[in-house]
Amino acid sequence: MGIIKTEDLTYNYIRLDEDDKIREVNEAVKDVNIDIRQGEFVAVLGHNGSGKSTLAKHMNALLLPSEGTVWIDGRDSKDGDALLAIRQTAGMVFQNPDNQIVASVVEEDVGFGPENMGVPTEEIWKRVDSCLEAVGMSAYRSSSPNRLSGGQKQRVAIAGVMAMEPKCIVLDEPTAMLDPGGRREVLRTVRELNEKKGITIILITHYMEEVIHADRIYVMDQGQVAMEGTPEEIFSQVEKLKELRLDVPQVTELAHELRKKGVPLSPCILDEKQFVKEILEARAR
Amino acid sequence: MGQYYPVQSPVHKLDPRTKLFGTLVLIVALFVADNLFCYLLAAAAVFGIIAVSKVPVKHILKGLKPVIFLLLFSVIFNLFLTDGRVLVQFWIFRITWEGIVRSVLMAVRLIFLVMGTSLLTFTTTPNQLTDGLEKGLRFLKVVRVPVHEFAMMMSIALRFIPILVEETDRIMKAQTARGADFESGGLIRKAKALIPLLVPLFISAFRRASDLAMAMEARCYHGGDGRTKMKPLRYRTADRAAYGLMFLFLAADVALRILL
Repeated sequence: MGIIKTEDLTYNYIRLDEDDKIREVNEAVKDVNIDIRQGEFVAVLGHNGSGKSTLAKHMNALLLPSEGTVWIDGRDSKDGDALLAIRQTAGMVFQNPDNQIVASVVEEDVGFGPENMGVPTEEIWKRVDSCLEAVGMSAYRSSSPNRLSGGQKQRVAIAGVMAMEPKCIVLDEPTAMLDPGGRREVLRTVRELNEKKGITIILITHYMEEVIHADRIYVMDQGQVAMEGTPEEIFSQVEKLKELRLDVPQVTELAHELRKKGVPLSPCILDEKQFVKEILEARAR
Repeated sequence: MGQYYPVQSPVHKLDPRTKLFGTLVLIVALFVADNLFCYLLAAAAVFGIIAVSKVPVKHILKGLKPVIFLLLFSVIFNLFLTDGRVLVQFWIFRITWEGIVRSVLMAVRLIFLVMGTSLLTFTTTPNQLTDGLEKGLRFLKVVRVPVHEFAMMMSIALRFIPILVEETDRIMKAQTARGADFESGGLIRKAKALIPLLVPLFISAFRRASDLAMAMEARCYHGGDGRTKMKPLRYRTADRAAYGLMFLFLAADVALRILL
Protein backbone atom coordinates (compact mmCIF):
# COMPACT_ATOMS: atom_id res chain seq x y z
CA MET A 1 0.00 0.00 0.00
CA GLY A 2 1.30 3.44 -0.92
CA ILE A 3 1.47 6.55 1.15
CA ILE A 4 -1.96 7.69 0.00
CA LYS A 5 -4.57 5.25 -1.16
CA THR A 6 -8.25 5.72 -1.78
CA GLU A 7 -10.80 3.01 -2.24
CA ASP A 8 -14.11 3.79 -3.91
CA LEU A 9 -13.92 7.32 -2.52
CA THR A 10 -17.17 9.24 -2.97
CA TYR A 11 -17.95 12.66 -1.56
CA ASN A 12 -21.31 14.40 -1.74
CA TYR A 13 -21.88 18.08 -1.19
CA ILE A 14 -25.33 18.24 0.34
CA ARG A 15 -27.40 21.40 0.18
CA LEU A 16 -30.12 21.81 2.73
CA ASP A 17 -33.15 24.06 2.55
CA GLU A 18 -34.52 26.10 5.49
CA ASP A 19 -36.10 23.06 7.15
CA ASP A 20 -32.84 21.09 7.04
CA LYS A 21 -34.24 18.86 4.32
CA ILE A 22 -31.96 17.72 1.55
CA ARG A 23 -32.54 19.87 -1.50
CA GLU A 24 -29.68 18.85 -3.68
CA VAL A 25 -26.94 16.24 -3.59
CA ASN A 26 -23.88 17.02 -5.64
CA GLU A 27 -21.42 14.21 -6.20
CA ALA A 28 -18.12 16.08 -6.24
CA VAL A 29 -16.03 12.92 -6.24
CA LYS A 30 -17.28 9.51 -7.29
CA ASP A 31 -15.70 6.07 -6.92
CA VAL A 32 -12.12 7.26 -7.05
CA ASN A 33 -9.37 4.68 -6.61
CA ILE A 34 -5.86 6.02 -6.53
CA ASP A 35 -2.65 4.73 -5.02
CA ILE A 36 0.38 6.97 -4.57
CA ARG A 37 3.74 5.53 -3.61
CA GLN A 38 6.28 7.14 -1.29
CA GLY A 39 8.65 9.46 -3.16
CA GLU A 40 6.52 9.84 -6.26
CA PHE A 41 5.68 13.12 -7.99
CA VAL A 42 2.05 12.78 -8.95
CA ALA A 43 -0.03 15.39 -10.75
CA VAL A 44 -3.80 15.59 -10.70
CA LEU A 45 -5.18 17.44 -13.71
CA GLY A 46 -8.69 18.59 -14.30
CA HIS A 47 -10.69 21.62 -15.39
CA ASN A 48 -12.70 23.70 -12.89
CA GLY A 49 -15.33 21.68 -11.11
CA SER A 50 -13.78 18.31 -11.95
CA GLY A 51 -13.49 17.43 -8.26
CA LYS A 52 -9.72 17.68 -8.00
CA SER A 53 -9.76 20.11 -5.05
CA THR A 54 -12.29 17.98 -3.20
CA LEU A 55 -10.04 14.98 -3.74
CA ALA A 56 -7.06 16.96 -2.43
CA LYS A 57 -8.88 17.89 0.77
CA HIS A 58 -9.44 14.20 1.50
CA MET A 59 -5.72 13.59 1.52
CA ASN A 60 -5.22 15.23 4.91
CA ALA A 61 -8.63 14.66 6.40
CA LEU A 62 -9.96 18.19 5.88
CA LEU A 63 -12.91 16.39 4.29
CA LEU A 64 -14.05 12.93 5.22
CA PRO A 65 -15.43 10.55 2.59
CA SER A 66 -19.19 10.09 2.29
CA GLU A 67 -18.49 6.56 1.08
CA GLY A 68 -15.31 4.57 0.68
CA THR A 69 -12.05 4.98 2.52
CA VAL A 70 -8.87 7.04 2.35
CA TRP A 71 -5.66 5.74 3.89
CA ILE A 72 -2.82 8.13 4.64
CA ASP A 73 0.35 6.22 5.46
CA GLY A 74 -1.79 3.29 6.53
CA ARG A 75 -4.15 5.35 8.73
CA ASP A 76 -7.85 5.57 7.96
CA SER A 77 -8.81 9.25 7.67
CA LYS A 78 -12.07 8.58 9.51
CA ASP A 79 -10.13 7.65 12.63
CA GLY A 80 -10.50 10.79 14.77
CA ASP A 81 -7.59 9.91 17.06
CA ALA A 82 -5.18 9.79 14.12
CA LEU A 83 -6.22 13.23 12.84
CA LEU A 84 -3.13 15.14 13.94
CA ALA A 85 -0.81 12.34 12.84
CA ILE A 86 -2.47 12.36 9.41
CA ARG A 87 -2.15 16.11 8.99
CA GLN A 88 1.47 15.84 10.03
CA THR A 89 2.11 13.14 7.42
CA ALA A 90 0.36 14.91 4.57
CA GLY A 91 0.90 18.67 4.56
CA MET A 92 -1.19 20.91 2.38
CA VAL A 93 -0.48 24.11 0.44
CA PHE A 94 -3.46 26.11 -0.79
CA GLN A 95 -4.22 28.36 -3.72
CA ASN A 96 -4.36 31.79 -2.13
CA PRO A 97 -0.97 32.70 -0.63
CA ASP A 98 -2.41 35.44 1.60
CA ASN A 99 -5.06 33.31 3.23
CA GLN A 100 -2.73 30.63 4.55
CA ILE A 101 -0.05 32.71 6.24
CA VAL A 102 -0.91 33.10 9.90
CA ALA A 103 1.88 35.15 11.48
CA SER A 104 3.05 38.68 10.71
CA VAL A 105 6.71 37.64 10.46
CA VAL A 106 7.98 35.07 7.93
CA GLU A 107 9.96 32.93 10.39
CA GLU A 108 7.11 32.87 12.90
CA ASP A 109 4.77 31.59 10.23
CA VAL A 110 7.14 28.76 9.35
CA GLY A 111 7.24 27.91 13.04
CA PHE A 112 3.44 27.80 13.34
CA GLY A 113 3.03 24.13 12.38
CA PRO A 114 5.74 22.80 14.71
CA GLU A 115 4.34 24.98 17.51
CA ASN A 116 0.98 23.31 17.08
CA MET A 117 2.59 19.89 17.16
CA GLY A 118 4.33 20.67 20.45
CA VAL A 119 7.87 20.51 19.11
CA PRO A 120 10.46 21.85 21.63
CA THR A 121 11.66 25.41 21.06
CA GLU A 122 15.27 24.68 19.98
CA GLU A 123 14.04 22.05 17.50
CA ILE A 124 11.54 24.56 16.04
CA TRP A 125 14.38 27.00 15.33
CA LYS A 126 16.44 24.29 13.64
CA ARG A 127 13.52 23.32 11.43
CA VAL A 128 12.68 26.93 10.59
CA ASP A 129 16.29 27.60 9.58
CA SER A 130 16.60 24.55 7.36
CA CYS A 131 13.16 24.92 5.75
CA LEU A 132 13.66 28.59 4.90
CA GLU A 133 17.03 27.59 3.44
CA ALA A 134 15.44 24.82 1.37
CA VAL A 135 12.93 27.17 -0.29
CA GLY A 136 15.52 29.94 -0.65
CA MET A 137 13.76 32.45 1.62
CA SER A 138 16.35 32.78 4.41
CA ALA A 139 17.06 36.40 3.49
CA TYR A 140 13.45 37.35 4.21
CA ARG A 141 13.08 35.58 7.54
CA SER A 142 12.24 38.66 9.59
CA SER A 143 10.19 40.47 6.94
CA SER A 144 6.45 40.89 6.96
CA PRO A 145 4.64 38.53 4.54
CA ASN A 146 2.79 41.56 3.15
CA ARG A 147 5.99 42.82 1.56
CA LEU A 148 6.61 39.60 -0.42
CA SER A 149 5.56 38.73 -3.96
CA GLY A 150 3.00 35.99 -4.60
CA GLY A 151 5.66 33.43 -5.49
CA GLN A 152 7.68 34.26 -2.39
CA LYS A 153 4.59 33.99 -0.18
CA GLN A 154 3.82 30.60 -1.67
CA ARG A 155 7.39 29.46 -0.97
CA VAL A 156 6.98 30.59 2.65
CA ALA A 157 3.77 28.56 2.79
CA ILE A 158 5.67 25.53 1.45
CA ALA A 159 8.38 26.06 4.09
CA GLY A 160 5.65 26.24 6.72
CA VAL A 161 4.36 22.84 5.63
CA MET A 162 7.87 21.37 5.37
CA ALA A 163 8.65 22.42 8.93
CA MET A 164 6.13 19.81 10.05
CA GLU A 165 8.38 17.22 8.36
CA PRO A 166 5.63 15.58 6.35
CA LYS A 167 6.22 12.55 4.14
CA CYS A 168 3.94 13.98 1.54
CA ILE A 169 2.89 17.47 0.45
CA VAL A 170 -0.38 18.10 -1.36
CA LEU A 171 -0.42 21.34 -3.34
CA ASP A 172 -3.89 22.49 -4.32
CA GLU A 173 -3.44 24.76 -7.36
CA PRO A 174 -0.49 26.55 -5.76
CA THR A 175 0.24 28.62 -8.87
CA ALA A 176 -3.26 29.66 -9.90
CA MET A 177 -2.90 33.18 -8.50
CA LEU A 178 0.73 33.77 -9.47
CA ASP A 179 2.44 35.47 -12.40
CA PRO A 180 4.63 33.33 -14.71
CA GLY A 181 7.79 34.16 -12.75
CA GLY A 182 6.18 33.18 -9.47
CA ARG A 183 4.88 29.95 -11.01
CA ARG A 184 8.36 28.92 -12.13
CA GLU A 185 9.77 29.70 -8.66
CA VAL A 186 7.19 27.57 -6.93
CA LEU A 187 7.45 24.65 -9.36
CA ARG A 188 11.24 24.59 -9.14
CA THR A 189 11.03 24.55 -5.34
CA VAL A 190 8.52 21.71 -5.41
CA ARG A 191 10.62 19.63 -7.78
CA GLU A 192 13.72 20.13 -5.66
CA LEU A 193 11.89 18.94 -2.56
CA ASN A 194 10.85 15.85 -4.44
CA GLU A 195 14.28 15.09 -5.87
CA LYS A 196 16.54 16.09 -2.98
CA LYS A 197 14.45 15.29 0.08
CA GLY A 198 12.38 12.47 -1.36
CA ILE A 199 9.10 14.07 -0.26
CA THR A 200 6.07 12.70 -2.08
CA ILE A 201 4.46 15.51 -4.06
CA ILE A 202 0.85 15.62 -5.20
CA LEU A 203 0.35 18.62 -7.43
CA ILE A 204 -3.22 19.59 -8.24
CA THR A 205 -3.42 21.93 -11.21
CA HIS A 206 -5.09 22.77 -14.46
CA TYR A 207 -1.92 23.93 -16.17
CA MET A 208 -0.60 21.19 -18.44
CA GLU A 209 2.93 22.60 -18.66
CA GLU A 210 3.35 22.10 -14.93
CA VAL A 211 2.86 18.37 -15.04
CA ILE A 212 5.26 17.26 -17.79
CA HIS A 213 7.92 16.44 -15.18
CA ALA A 214 5.57 14.37 -13.03
CA ASP A 215 6.11 10.63 -12.59
CA ARG A 216 2.46 9.92 -13.01
CA ILE A 217 -0.70 11.88 -13.89
CA TYR A 218 -4.33 11.41 -12.97
CA VAL A 219 -6.83 13.31 -15.08
CA MET A 220 -10.11 14.03 -13.34
CA ASP A 221 -13.43 14.73 -14.99
CA GLN A 222 -16.87 15.01 -13.38
CA GLY A 223 -15.59 13.64 -10.10
CA GLN A 224 -14.02 10.55 -11.60
CA VAL A 225 -10.56 9.54 -12.73
CA ALA A 226 -10.81 9.77 -16.51
CA MET A 227 -7.20 8.95 -17.42
CA GLU A 228 -4.13 7.68 -15.64
CA GLY A 229 -0.54 7.23 -16.75
CA THR A 230 2.86 8.75 -17.34
CA PRO A 231 3.04 12.18 -19.01
CA GLU A 232 4.00 10.47 -22.30
CA GLU A 233 0.97 8.19 -22.17
CA ILE A 234 -1.39 11.01 -21.28
CA PHE A 235 -0.15 13.63 -23.72
CA SER A 236 -0.16 11.28 -26.67
CA GLN A 237 -3.97 11.23 -26.42
CA VAL A 238 -4.49 14.81 -27.55
CA GLU A 239 -8.06 14.27 -28.78
CA LYS A 240 -9.21 12.79 -25.50
CA LEU A 241 -7.62 15.59 -23.44
CA LYS A 242 -9.46 18.14 -25.54
CA GLU A 243 -12.68 16.29 -24.93
CA LEU A 244 -12.01 16.72 -21.20
CA ARG A 245 -11.65 20.47 -21.76
CA LEU A 246 -7.95 20.60 -20.98
CA ASP A 247 -5.40 22.66 -22.87
CA VAL A 248 -2.61 20.59 -24.32
CA PRO A 249 0.81 22.35 -24.39
CA GLN A 250 1.17 24.19 -27.69
CA VAL A 251 4.17 22.23 -28.89
CA THR A 252 2.48 18.90 -28.16
CA GLU A 253 -0.58 19.96 -30.10
CA LEU A 254 1.49 21.17 -33.03
CA ALA A 255 3.34 17.86 -33.15
CA HIS A 256 0.04 16.02 -32.99
CA GLU A 257 -1.39 17.95 -35.93
CA LEU A 258 1.78 17.43 -37.97
CA ARG A 259 1.74 13.71 -37.29
CA LYS A 260 -1.85 13.52 -38.48
CA LYS A 261 -0.67 15.03 -41.75
CA GLY A 262 1.99 12.36 -42.08
CA VAL A 263 5.11 13.94 -40.60
CA PRO A 264 7.00 11.09 -38.88
CA LEU A 265 7.16 12.31 -35.27
CA SER A 266 7.05 10.24 -32.08
CA PRO A 267 3.59 10.05 -30.46
CA CYS A 268 4.40 12.30 -27.54
CA ILE A 269 6.45 15.47 -27.64
CA LEU A 270 6.46 17.53 -24.45
CA ASP A 271 8.93 20.36 -24.96
CA GLU A 272 10.38 22.55 -27.68
CA LYS A 273 13.84 20.99 -27.58
CA GLN A 274 12.56 17.53 -28.34
CA PHE A 275 10.28 18.91 -31.03
CA VAL A 276 13.10 20.73 -32.81
CA LYS A 277 15.28 17.64 -32.63
CA GLU A 278 12.65 15.37 -34.11
CA ILE A 279 11.67 17.83 -36.83
CA LEU A 280 15.31 18.07 -37.93
CA GLU A 281 15.59 14.28 -37.96
CA ALA A 282 12.39 13.96 -39.96
CA ARG A 283 13.67 16.41 -42.57
CA ALA A 284 17.03 14.65 -42.84
CA ARG A 285 15.30 11.42 -43.71
CA MET B 1 -1.50 55.08 20.71
CA GLY B 2 1.83 55.39 18.96
CA GLN B 3 3.37 53.08 16.40
CA TYR B 4 6.36 50.93 17.36
CA TYR B 5 9.57 52.97 17.32
CA PRO B 6 12.32 50.56 16.21
CA VAL B 7 15.52 51.25 18.14
CA GLN B 8 17.64 49.02 20.35
CA SER B 9 17.29 49.94 24.01
CA PRO B 10 17.07 48.22 27.40
CA VAL B 11 13.37 49.15 27.53
CA HIS B 12 12.70 47.59 24.12
CA LYS B 13 14.37 44.39 25.28
CA LEU B 14 12.27 44.01 28.42
CA ASP B 15 9.70 41.25 28.53
CA PRO B 16 6.31 42.60 27.35
CA ARG B 17 4.73 41.38 30.58
CA THR B 18 7.11 43.56 32.56
CA LYS B 19 6.16 46.58 30.49
CA LEU B 20 2.44 45.87 30.75
CA PHE B 21 2.71 45.57 34.50
CA GLY B 22 4.84 48.70 34.64
CA THR B 23 2.16 50.66 32.81
CA LEU B 24 -0.38 49.40 35.31
CA VAL B 25 1.86 50.49 38.18
CA LEU B 26 2.21 53.95 36.68
CA ILE B 27 -1.55 54.32 36.34
CA VAL B 28 -2.13 53.27 39.93
CA ALA B 29 0.65 55.57 41.15
CA LEU B 30 -0.83 58.53 39.30
CA PHE B 31 -4.21 58.00 40.91
CA VAL B 32 -2.66 57.56 44.34
CA ALA B 33 -0.65 60.78 43.94
CA ASP B 34 -2.19 63.85 45.58
CA ASN B 35 0.66 66.21 46.31
CA LEU B 36 3.51 67.89 44.53
CA PHE B 37 6.15 65.42 45.67
CA CYS B 38 4.23 62.44 44.34
CA TYR B 39 4.07 64.14 40.96
CA LEU B 40 7.73 65.01 41.03
CA LEU B 41 8.46 61.34 41.67
CA ALA B 42 6.23 60.28 38.79
CA ALA B 43 7.86 62.84 36.51
CA ALA B 44 11.28 61.52 37.42
CA ALA B 45 10.12 57.96 36.66
CA VAL B 46 8.48 58.78 33.30
CA PHE B 47 11.33 60.93 32.01
CA GLY B 48 13.84 58.43 33.33
CA ILE B 49 12.24 55.64 31.31
CA ILE B 50 11.99 57.87 28.22
CA ALA B 51 15.71 58.63 28.49
CA VAL B 52 16.60 54.93 28.75
CA SER B 53 14.19 53.94 25.93
CA LYS B 54 15.95 56.22 23.41
CA VAL B 55 12.58 57.30 21.98
CA PRO B 56 12.87 61.07 21.31
CA VAL B 57 10.78 63.19 23.70
CA LYS B 58 9.44 65.13 20.72
CA HIS B 59 8.08 61.90 19.26
CA ILE B 60 6.28 61.12 22.50
CA LEU B 61 4.86 64.62 22.85
CA LYS B 62 3.34 64.25 19.38
CA GLY B 63 1.31 61.41 20.86
CA LEU B 64 -0.43 63.93 23.10
CA LYS B 65 -2.15 65.68 20.18
CA PRO B 66 -5.25 63.46 20.06
CA VAL B 67 -5.98 64.02 23.76
CA ILE B 68 -5.59 67.79 23.72
CA PHE B 69 -9.35 68.40 23.81
CA LEU B 70 -9.85 66.06 26.71
CA LEU B 71 -7.03 67.86 28.44
CA LEU B 72 -8.54 71.35 27.89
CA PHE B 73 -11.94 70.09 28.94
CA SER B 74 -10.74 68.76 32.27
CA VAL B 75 -8.58 71.82 32.93
CA ILE B 76 -11.48 74.22 32.34
CA PHE B 77 -13.89 72.23 34.46
CA ASN B 78 -11.49 72.00 37.36
CA LEU B 79 -10.52 75.64 37.03
CA PHE B 80 -14.04 77.06 37.26
CA LEU B 81 -15.90 74.53 39.33
CA THR B 82 -13.67 74.08 42.36
CA ASP B 83 -14.65 75.79 45.61
CA GLY B 84 -12.10 77.55 47.78
CA ARG B 85 -10.32 80.85 48.21
CA VAL B 86 -11.56 83.13 45.45
CA LEU B 87 -8.88 84.92 43.50
CA VAL B 88 -10.76 86.44 40.57
CA GLN B 89 -14.49 86.78 40.06
CA PHE B 90 -16.52 88.20 37.18
CA TRP B 91 -20.17 87.56 36.28
CA ILE B 92 -20.81 83.85 37.05
CA PHE B 93 -17.18 82.78 36.69
CA ARG B 94 -14.82 82.53 39.55
CA ILE B 95 -11.33 81.26 39.77
CA THR B 96 -10.06 79.87 43.05
CA TRP B 97 -6.57 79.05 44.23
CA GLU B 98 -7.57 75.42 44.76
CA GLY B 99 -9.02 75.34 41.26
CA ILE B 100 -5.74 76.38 39.72
CA VAL B 101 -3.79 73.80 41.71
CA ARG B 102 -6.23 71.04 40.96
CA SER B 103 -6.49 71.74 37.22
CA VAL B 104 -2.72 71.87 36.85
CA LEU B 105 -2.31 68.58 38.72
CA MET B 106 -5.13 67.00 36.69
CA ALA B 107 -3.46 68.06 33.45
CA VAL B 108 -0.11 66.69 34.61
CA ARG B 109 -1.73 63.42 35.63
CA LEU B 110 -3.40 63.01 32.23
CA ILE B 111 -0.23 63.92 30.35
CA PHE B 112 1.83 61.36 32.28
CA LEU B 113 -0.87 58.76 31.77
CA VAL B 114 -0.81 59.18 28.00
CA MET B 115 2.97 59.38 27.89
CA GLY B 116 3.31 56.20 29.92
CA THR B 117 0.92 54.15 27.83
CA SER B 118 2.33 55.40 24.53
CA LEU B 119 5.78 54.49 25.80
CA LEU B 120 4.46 50.93 26.04
CA THR B 121 3.37 50.85 22.40
CA PHE B 122 6.48 52.72 21.23
CA THR B 123 8.77 50.10 22.73
CA THR B 124 6.72 46.92 22.16
CA THR B 125 5.64 45.38 18.85
CA PRO B 126 1.96 44.37 18.58
CA ASN B 127 3.05 40.73 18.44
CA GLN B 128 5.04 40.99 21.65
CA LEU B 129 2.05 42.71 23.24
CA THR B 130 -0.30 39.87 22.33
CA ASP B 131 2.24 37.32 23.53
CA GLY B 132 2.63 39.24 26.76
CA LEU B 133 -1.12 39.50 27.27
CA GLU B 134 -1.57 35.81 26.52
CA LYS B 135 1.02 34.69 29.02
CA GLY B 136 0.39 37.41 31.57
CA LEU B 137 -3.37 36.74 31.68
CA ARG B 138 -3.03 32.97 31.56
CA PHE B 139 -4.38 32.69 35.11
CA LEU B 140 -7.79 33.77 33.76
CA LYS B 141 -8.07 30.32 32.13
CA VAL B 142 -9.08 29.04 35.55
CA VAL B 143 -12.32 31.02 35.26
CA ARG B 144 -12.79 29.75 31.68
CA VAL B 145 -11.68 32.87 29.82
CA PRO B 146 -10.28 31.64 26.45
CA VAL B 147 -7.07 33.65 26.76
CA HIS B 148 -5.13 31.81 24.04
CA GLU B 149 -8.00 32.13 21.57
CA PHE B 150 -8.31 35.87 22.18
CA ALA B 151 -4.59 36.35 21.71
CA MET B 152 -4.67 34.31 18.48
CA MET B 153 -7.60 36.38 17.20
CA MET B 154 -5.75 39.56 18.01
CA SER B 155 -2.58 38.55 16.20
CA ILE B 156 -4.51 37.35 13.14
CA ALA B 157 -6.45 40.62 13.10
CA LEU B 158 -3.15 42.50 13.14
CA ARG B 159 -1.84 40.40 10.26
CA PHE B 160 -4.93 40.99 8.11
CA ILE B 161 -5.37 44.73 8.66
CA PRO B 162 -3.02 45.74 5.81
CA ILE B 163 -4.55 43.09 3.51
CA LEU B 164 -8.08 44.33 4.15
CA VAL B 165 -7.01 47.96 3.72
CA GLU B 166 -5.56 47.07 0.34
CA GLU B 167 -8.71 45.19 -0.55
CA THR B 168 -10.90 48.16 0.44
CA ASP B 169 -8.85 50.34 -1.85
CA ARG B 170 -9.23 47.86 -4.72
CA ILE B 171 -13.00 47.52 -4.29
CA MET B 172 -13.35 51.28 -4.05
CA LYS B 173 -11.51 51.75 -7.33
CA ALA B 174 -13.52 48.99 -9.01
CA GLN B 175 -16.81 50.54 -7.88
CA THR B 176 -15.68 54.03 -8.85
CA ALA B 177 -14.85 52.71 -12.31
CA ARG B 178 -18.44 51.53 -12.56
CA GLY B 179 -19.80 54.93 -11.62
CA ALA B 180 -20.09 54.72 -7.83
CA ASP B 181 -19.65 58.07 -6.12
CA PHE B 182 -18.10 58.06 -2.66
CA GLU B 183 -17.42 61.78 -2.32
CA SER B 184 -20.40 64.01 -3.04
CA GLY B 185 -23.65 64.45 -1.14
CA GLY B 186 -24.61 64.84 2.48
CA LEU B 187 -23.88 62.53 5.35
CA ILE B 188 -26.75 60.13 4.61
CA ARG B 189 -25.89 59.87 0.95
CA LYS B 190 -22.27 59.23 1.76
CA ALA B 191 -23.24 56.53 4.23
CA LYS B 192 -25.46 54.93 1.59
CA ALA B 193 -22.63 55.07 -0.92
CA LEU B 194 -20.60 52.88 1.40
CA ILE B 195 -22.93 49.91 0.95
CA PRO B 196 -21.44 48.77 -2.38
CA LEU B 197 -18.06 48.98 -0.68
CA LEU B 198 -18.89 47.19 2.56
CA VAL B 199 -20.88 44.28 1.14
CA PRO B 200 -18.08 42.89 -1.07
CA LEU B 201 -15.53 43.66 1.64
CA PHE B 202 -17.45 41.62 4.19
CA ILE B 203 -17.99 38.74 1.79
CA SER B 204 -14.31 38.63 1.00
CA ALA B 205 -13.38 38.85 4.68
CA PHE B 206 -15.58 35.86 5.47
CA ARG B 207 -14.08 33.90 2.58
CA ARG B 208 -10.59 34.70 3.82
CA ALA B 209 -11.54 33.67 7.34
CA SER B 210 -12.83 30.34 6.09
CA ASP B 211 -9.70 29.75 3.96
CA LEU B 212 -7.42 30.67 6.84
CA ALA B 213 -9.28 28.40 9.26
CA MET B 214 -8.80 25.50 6.85
CA ALA B 215 -5.11 26.30 6.36
CA MET B 216 -4.60 26.48 10.13
CA GLU B 217 -6.35 23.17 10.63
CA ALA B 218 -4.23 21.61 7.91
CA ARG B 219 -1.20 22.70 9.90
CA CYS B 220 -2.40 20.85 12.99
CA TYR B 221 -3.82 23.85 14.84
CA HIS B 222 -6.06 22.59 17.61
CA GLY B 223 -6.22 25.39 20.16
CA GLY B 224 -3.74 26.28 22.86
CA ASP B 225 -3.38 22.88 24.53
CA GLY B 226 -0.11 21.07 23.97
CA ARG B 227 1.27 23.96 21.98
CA THR B 228 4.89 24.99 22.28
CA LYS B 229 6.32 28.41 21.52
CA MET B 230 8.96 29.32 18.99
CA LYS B 231 9.74 32.49 20.90
CA PRO B 232 8.78 31.76 24.50
CA LEU B 233 8.71 34.66 26.95
CA ARG B 234 11.32 34.38 29.66
CA TYR B 235 12.08 36.82 32.47
CA ARG B 236 15.72 37.89 32.61
CA THR B 237 17.78 39.81 35.14
CA ALA B 238 16.74 43.13 33.65
CA ASP B 239 13.09 42.19 34.10
CA ARG B 240 13.62 41.30 37.75
CA ALA B 241 15.42 44.58 38.30
CA ALA B 242 12.56 46.43 36.59
CA TYR B 243 10.01 44.75 38.86
CA GLY B 244 12.11 45.77 41.86
CA LEU B 245 12.19 49.38 40.71
CA MET B 246 8.45 49.34 40.11
CA PHE B 247 7.66 48.20 43.63
CA LEU B 248 10.11 50.70 45.04
CA PHE B 249 8.43 53.43 43.03
CA LEU B 250 4.96 52.42 44.13
CA ALA B 251 6.01 52.18 47.78
CA ALA B 252 7.66 55.61 47.65
CA ASP B 253 4.54 57.05 46.01
CA VAL B 254 2.26 55.67 48.72
CA ALA B 255 4.66 56.75 51.46
CA LEU B 256 4.79 60.31 50.10
CA ARG B 257 1.02 60.46 50.08
CA ILE B 258 0.60 59.22 53.62
CA LEU B 259 3.47 61.15 55.19
CA LEU B 260 2.98 64.51 53.54
